[in-house]
Amino acid sequence: MQGDHTFCPDWVRQHWGDTLGPALVQHIELTAIAIAIGFALSFTLALLAHRFRWLEQPIGVISAVIYTIPSIALFLLLVPFTGITRTTVEIALVGYTLVILVPNFVAGLRSAPADVLEAARGMGLTGRQIFMRVELPLAVPAIVGGLRIAVVSTITIATIAAFLLPQGLGYPIFLALKDPTPFKTEIYSAGALAVALALVCDALLVGLRRALIPWARQT
Amino acid sequence: MLADTANLHTFVEAFRFIGDNPGFLATKALEQVELSGAAIGVALLVAMPLGITLGHLHRGSGVAIAASIFGRALPSLVLIAAFLTVLGIGFWNNMVALAVLGSGPLLTNSFDGVDGVDGDAVDAARGMGMTGLQILRKIELPLALPLLFTGIRVATVTVVATAPIAAIAGGGGLGDIIVNQASYRLSGVLGASFCVMALSALVFLALFALQAAVTPRGLRRTRVLIDQPRKELL
Repeated sequence: MQGDHTFCPDWVRQHWGDTLGPALVQHIELTAIAIAIGFALSFTLALLAHRFRWLEQPIGVISAVIYTIPSIALFLLLVPFTGITRTTVEIALVGYTLVILVPNFVAGLRSAPADVLEAARGMGLTGRQIFMRVELPLAVPAIVGGLRIAVVSTITIATIAAFLLPQGLGYPIFLALKDPTPFKTEIYSAGALAVALALVCDALLVGLRRALIPWARQT
Repeated sequence: MLADTANLHTFVEAFRFIGDNPGFLATKALEQVELSGAAIGVALLVAMPLGITLGHLHRGSGVAIAASIFGRALPSLVLIAAFLTVLGIGFWNNMVALAVLGSGPLLTNSFDGVDGVDGDAVDAARGMGMTGLQILRKIELPLALPLLFTGIRVATVTVVATAPIAAIAGGGGLGDIIVNQASYRLSGVLGASFCVMALSALVFLALFALQAAVTPRGLRRTRVLIDQPRKELL
């Protein structure tokens, strides 16, 4: 079947169980872990930056620096510390989610207009109540917006993780590319799964925003 | 896959590798710059005029949104592998894949920039008797400049940082060293990775400085943080 010219549905059917299925599951695992840790860390950092304004500048600078590091370089850079492990991949993936999430979360927490905050204070809300009932709900669009970018980006970066680890949807593609005449079906099917996974997750997050803040104008 | 056992001493060796092979690394870096430059050039010629035109006409917001969503969702590895199956191994498949990769942010940002120009300013210009082309040149493009430049910066950083992956598909550049641990050992791979990082950072800083220099004074309120380049950057 090597060196064929068309897409081969039979290959997909035969190798779903031993190649594509497991790769998809691994890909989802890699992404989910990175997003969960990234979300928790980013939220903490954003709260700190929200409270202590002077932290915003350094956080922004560090984020910008991390973002310019190409993912393959970052994966490799971590190898001397954490070896060729899932930890290495997750540290890099989490790093990139921070860069996306923290600025978005901070912007979201800042998005409550001053007169709204004043009105809340005038109604007798405490600082904690203002945060829970005013600032946080108003931050939801920015938070979900950041999550959409972070999830989709993590899914695409995770394909590169296969350079390091034989895991995820990038692995079948790397294997196919090692062949002088790459097997197209393997590339197309794994690639399509990665794109589909990203698009589905993006749509799910749009749905989540709709469920969380049904009153907001939807775009 | 990597096989060497790595430790902190590897970093020292990585820098020794850089020190021992400056000419070789420079050649490879230049290859990468050529590939990236060609891809960005093509993306600039295709995606930016398209985004500006659609933005000027206030049409095709669907295209811009689709470009931003798909632009993010398409992994560079998948693009490069897919174009390899069509165009074969070498320069062209990588150039086209990288150009497609850079086109997403360029199209979206130039559309948003021009489409989002204050309608009152455009109306005032029309009232003063400006033609559509004059409005575009004198009103919309200067006001859209920050976003146009954001598009250029995001696209360029994305392409430059993704270019090392192209080595898998015969694209050459510093990636050749990164994907060939058998020849260069982990120290060489890491050394090349440092060079890739330095190159990306250099491009990022240069574009940032250029953006600051060309932004009209009246528009220099910085709102930089939210624009995110896609990052699977290689």
